[in-house]
Order: sequence, then C-alpha cells, then structure tokens
Amino acid sequence: MLDQSYYNKADEIIAHYGRKAASLIPIMQDIQAEYRYLPGELLTYVAKEIGVKEAKAYSVATFYENFSFEPKGKYVIKVCDGTACHVRKSQPVKEALMKELGLTNKKHTTDDMLFTVETVSCLGACGLAPTLTVNDEVHPKMTEEKAIELLNRLRGESV
Amino acid sequence: MSIRNGEELLNKQKEVNEKIRSYTCRVLVCSGTGCIASGAQKIYEEMKVLCRDVDGVKVEMQKDIPHTGVIKTGCQGLCELGPLMRIEPYGYQYVHVQPQDCKEIVERTVLEGKPVERLFYREKDTVCPHPEDIPFLNLQTRVVLENCGKIDAESIDEYIAVGGYQALAKALESMTPDDVIQEVTKSGLRGRGGAGFPAGKKWSQVARQAEKIRYVVCNGDEGDPGAFMDGSVMEGDPYKMIEGMTIAAYAVGAEEGYIYVRAEYPLSVKRLRMAIEQAENYGFLGDNILGTGINFHLHINRGAGAFVCGEGSALTASIEGNRGMPRVKPPRTVEKGLWGKPTVLNNVETYANVPKIILQGADWFRTIGTEGSPGTKTFSLTGAIENTGLIEVPMGTTLRHIIYDIGGGLKKGAAFKGVQIGGPSGGCLIMDQLDVPLDFDSVKKLDAIMGSGGLVVMDENTCMVEVARFFMNFTQRESCGKCVPCREGTKRMLEILERIVDGKGEMSDLDQLEELANMVQSMALCGLGKSAPLPIISTLHRFRDEYEEHIRDKKCRAKVCTALRQFHINQEFCIGCGKCARNCPAGAISGLIKHPHHIDNTLCIKCGACKDNCNFDAIYVEA
Repeated sequence: MLDQSYYNKADEIIAHYGRKAASLIPIMQDIQAEYRYLPGELLTYVAKEIGVKEAKAYSVATFYENFSFEPKGKYVIKVCDGTACHVRKSQPVKEALMKELGLTNKKHTTDDMLFTVETVSCLGACGLAPTLTVNDEVHPKMTEEKAIELLNRLRGESV
Repeated sequence: MSIRNGEELLNKQKEVNEKIRSYTCRVLVCSGTGCIASGAQKIYEEMKVLCRDVDGVKVEMQKDIPHTGVIKTGCQGLCELGPLMRIEPYGYQYVHVQPQDCKEIVERTVLEGKPVERLFYREKDTVCPHPEDIPFLNLQTRVVLENCGKIDAESIDEYIAVGGYQALAKALESMTPDDVIQEVTKSGLRGRGGAGFPAGKKWSQVARQAEKIRYVVCNGDEGDPGAFMDGSVMEGDPYKMIEGMTIAAYAVGAEEGYIYVRAEYPLSVKRLRMAIEQAENYGFLGDNILGTGINFHLHINRGAGAFVCGEGSALTASIEGNRGMPRVKPPRTVEKGLWGKPTVLNNVETYANVPKIILQGADWFRTIGTEGSPGTKTFSLTGAIENTGLIEVPMGTTLRHIIYDIGGGLKKGAAFKGVQIGGPSGGCLIMDQLDVPLDFDSVKKLDAIMGSGGLVVMDENTCMVEVARFFMNFTQRESCGKCVPCREGTKRMLEILERIVDGKGEMSDLDQLEELANMVQSMALCGLGKSAPLPIISTLHRFRDEYEEHIRDKKCRAKVCTALRQFHINQEFCIGCGKCARNCPAGAISGLIKHPHHIDNTLCIKCGACKDNCNFDAIYVEA
C-alpha cells in the first residue's frame, strides 16, 4: 500500500496536465521523475482519474522504454551505446561498471538501491564519445578506469 | 511588453542592439550538451564572478573593469575541444578552457583586449586565434546554424537583435497564407528528416483540406544513434524553428502546434520552454500575434524512449497519449494526422530553414545547394575522425570534402574504411563513393538515405559485420511489433548476424540474410522496418569479403569480434613461468616449466585472462 503522499502528489500532477487521455504520458513522466519509477498502484489511480481504461494505461506504460515499474537506484547511470560511442568502445565501459557492481543483464539495480545501470541509444553528445550520464548529468570521454573512479566518488557522496 | 507590429519589432531590434553595443566586451561561453559535459557551467560561473556580473548580487563596478555580458550560447561546433569560449569584439576563440584559466582571460583579454595564446586552437603548426581561421568552421555554410554559438540561447532579445521574427512580421503583414506556401514551394525546400519530401507541397496539401481544424507538429524525436543536429538547433537557437513553425501555422491556418522532443534531450526541452514563454510575452505566439488577430498556441511533448515515434503516425499517436505505433497509410498525415485532423509534420531543421526563405526569398535559397536539393544540410560528424562536431554545408558537397577538409581526416591518420550515413536506417558508403555529391537523390541511388544527417566515420579498426549487427540489434529492439515482416524479420536477421560474429555462421546464411533483407524492405509497414535492412544490404554489397572471412576463415580482420580472436604465445618472450596455464579457465595452455608454452585454440574460450596476466608481454592476439 502506498503512502497517501503519493496520491496527493499524483493529484497535483493530474491537475497540472488536465483530466484527459492525452495527459497520460506527461503525467507518468512526472511521476517517474518524482519517484524514479512508476508505482503500479499509482498508475491504476491515474488511469481512473483521467478516464482511461487501466489496461490501456498499462499498455502505454509498457510500450515506452523510459517507464519502469521497478524502483531504480539513487544514481541512474545510462551508458550511451549510440553509434559513435559504440565505435569508440562503450561496451567495455558498461561491462566494467556491471562487474564492479555485481549486476547482470537481468539485474540492473544494486541491492542497496544506490546504482542502476542502463544502456541508452544516443545522448547526443557524440563528439565526446564514449559518454554516460548519471541522473542526466553527462560525463564525457569515459574509460573503464574513469568509470570505476566515478562509482567510488558517488559512493563517497552518498555516505 | 507585447510587440504589436513590424515597426515596433524594428524599434525593439534597434534598442537591443544599442544595449549589446554598450558592452565593451562580451564573453560567450558555449553551453551546448557537449561543452556542459566538459564543464562549461563552472567556467560560466567563474567568469560571472570574475567579471562582477552575478545576477542579484550587488558588486560595485570597479572603474577599470569594463561592463561585460557573460552569456550562454548554443553549440559552437567543436564539441571535442570544449569547453569553448569566444570573446567579442576581439573575436578570439578559446578551446579547452579550464576554471584556472579564467583569471588570466579576465586580466588579459577582458581588461586589456590581449589574447591568451595558449588557449587558441591549433591545427598542426597553424595557430587559429579566430573562429574564421579554423578550417573546420570556415569551410562551412551556416544558414540553419547561423546564430548557434553566437547568440544567447536563452534570450529572445538577442534573436531579435540579429533580425529574428522579421520573417514572421513580413509574412503576416505583406503576404497571404497562399503567398507563403508559394514561396516555400518555389524555394524547393525538402523535409530534412530523411525522406526529403517537398515541404511546400506538404503545406499546400494541408491547406486545401475541407476540415478547418489543422495542426502544425514538429518532429524533434531525433533518435538515430550518432545524430545530434536537431538537438543542437533546439538548444542553440530554439527561436528560429519556433518562428518557422509559426509561419507554417499561418500558411495552413493552424491554431495549435506541438513540438515532440525526445526524452534524452532535457536541455532542449528547457530551452524550448523558455523560448515559448518569451515569445508569448512579446506576442509572437498565443492570441493576436503581432496585432493581426492570428492565433497560434505551441505545446511541448516529451518522448518516452521509443525510436519508432520518429515515424509520423507513431509520433501523432504518442502525442494523443497512445502507444507509439505507426498505422497503415493512406490516409496520410496531411489528411488525417493528429486527432484525425490535417497536420503539417516537419522536423526541426526544416522549420528552421523557413524564416530565411521568407525573408530573403526563394531565389536566394536556390543559390545554395543543388537543383534538386536546394539549401544546406546539417550533419553530425562523429566516429574515427579528427574533428568531431556539428557541421552545415551546402547540399551537393562531397563526402571527401566533409571528411578530409572539414573533418581533418581520420584519427591518427588511420585508413578510411567506410562512412555510415543515415544511422540505423541508412547505409555504408566506401572510398569509391567519396566523390558523390551528397543530396537526397544521389544518396538514395547508393542504397543509403540522407536520413536526418548522422555521419559516422569508420576506419580499419571497425568490423563491418559487427557494425551491421549493432544496427540490427538497435532496430530489432526498437521495432514496435505491429507488423510481422519487421517484428520477425529483424529478429531473424539479428540471429544470423550474431551467429556470424560468433564464428558459427555458414555460407548459406548470406543468401538467407539477403533474402530476408529484401523481404523486410519491401513489406514492412513503416519507414523503420523498410529501412532497417539497409545497413545489411549495403555492407553485404560492399564488404562481402569480410562476411565471408568471418564464416569461412573464422577471421575478423579488424580484431573486433571476440569469438574470432586467436591468442598465441611468442616463443621468444615466454620464459615458461606457467602463470598463464594456471590462469586459463579452459585448460587450453600447456607446456613444461621454464619452456615456452602453447595455446590450443580449439579449447581456448578467448577470455584474454592469459594476456592480461602475462608479465612478459609474450601473448599476442591475431585476427
């Protein structure tokens, strides 16, 4: 059961975009921005409030890659695997991060909820390839060593 | 606050220009995505403090410090050399600026007008103090990007200063909607999103629909990996495309418009929001635009991570709050687009071309580019190239000019192998095709598409089979799953490619790959599926020997495909310590202690543990 504050927040977001079907995606985006994931109960609630069938809301949420029903870590690391980054060896960087954090292709978030590692197709900073972002902040010209260093710095910050 | 007609606009321009001229010195810190990642924000803050120009903080202006405006511009184009800074009126271009350089910049340049030479750009032995000295920049023709990097991307006043919104005023005050469409048609402007459909024709088709509610939509869902032109335009000069959209709305009689921006471009969303708000305040958007009674309301929709939403009908479905899946056409978007109404859908760069066409005329536009593809095209130049970044050149420029003259050739002088044009929907061009003029029609003849303009240069260290696999992996993941040819076809093609790079391919795979590619190309429902096989078709065509090598000889000449690497021990260097044999998880290494060891490549799993741990560099990889 979610805390009442989640529903209050949802009401606020719904009021901002208006109770109509076209508001579904922006509302889900704002909820996800707030909680770093899309709580299932909240989606059910939103669907009812804006007059969209629950099944429809779920079909939309699962279609887009950005929505996640799983809680994400405090630091969401997105490793760019766009063409430019791929050609400049972004995969070893991702593999180094996953190895260091004990993550696999099925497991994207660490148990302490500190890190989530994902791949993104292109961040539009190809001139600085390979890149990754930590919570939308772009880090340029990554190497395996720099990536591990970055993890250690973030671990230090969160203590 | 509101500007009510063209005359007031000219007065405003004069006023802003006077203000700009009152600055004795302007420090332009590049704040495109690239430079921000390199730390431009810190430079900006530092300069603001050093120049005593901090908002809301009262610092007495010292007598000897000139009044300096520190502004944030959009992309200055040399992303790899960031953070970039330009100082007017001296016109100095600094590269790789670090916070500790700021003090010297203020002391020498801001106060004394003298350059800090060590921050200049250098190409070989040539020092380039000004942007116009840098070949990468001076060989370009900037129309769409003319203001990028020169104006404050967060101030509409600066856009007005360089003549912004005069095209809108001209259209509204002295042209009928039909005149506008005629002018755009005459200019020969073709959609910059990929297919190159004539923009004027699209507009006139919308304008003649019986339905009176129409929409103008901008496709800013630049999803091709390796492309960032539209993102740079939205970040660097959002006003220009918004003005273009407003002119389009007037031409087709639309009162509502939407900009669909991909989720990975938060900075674009921020800048567009600011630009819309400022335009509304001045009366360039909203009700009664420039006092003419024309209304146009503009909204922003953020994408949610689906590449297929770059397709027209999927994009409108997404704005409506649905799954972003394309539908069968006809009816086309010009007849039944957003909410089933006639819709003009163009991309960012297309709209950004419109104001200049209206202001300077179709004949002027036609002086640039080729007969069939007038104007310029922006490209993002990336990969194994010396100068990566954003460029704009006339249509019809050759790839050789772009890669060798503007791009400075390949990184570390490596040998050129190919260039991928149009991203995952495009094809790979090779040496022989470097002299083909780049325009919509000639690129199409080469099994490629212009696409939105990503150019990824590849050298001898790139494996073409792996590149084909990479793109297929992308399109397969992004296939929406609605039509069978794309859903199943991309999956099967990917499986075959994975087999080949894994060293498990068979010769018959190549025929099957070709057959599948042709089938998906002709039968898929939308542009994503139809173009998905292009990387395979073009690489199969031009690099068939590499495919065959992977299959027949189990060899990857670029040494990229892990499964095909062969580890060997240099018999001269190996002292027989036995460390590699102990580390080998597959038991593939044997030999007597104090005698050179051997690797049995039939047992080897190519993990590289031996090579990583050898203290004598005795283990090497052969392709």
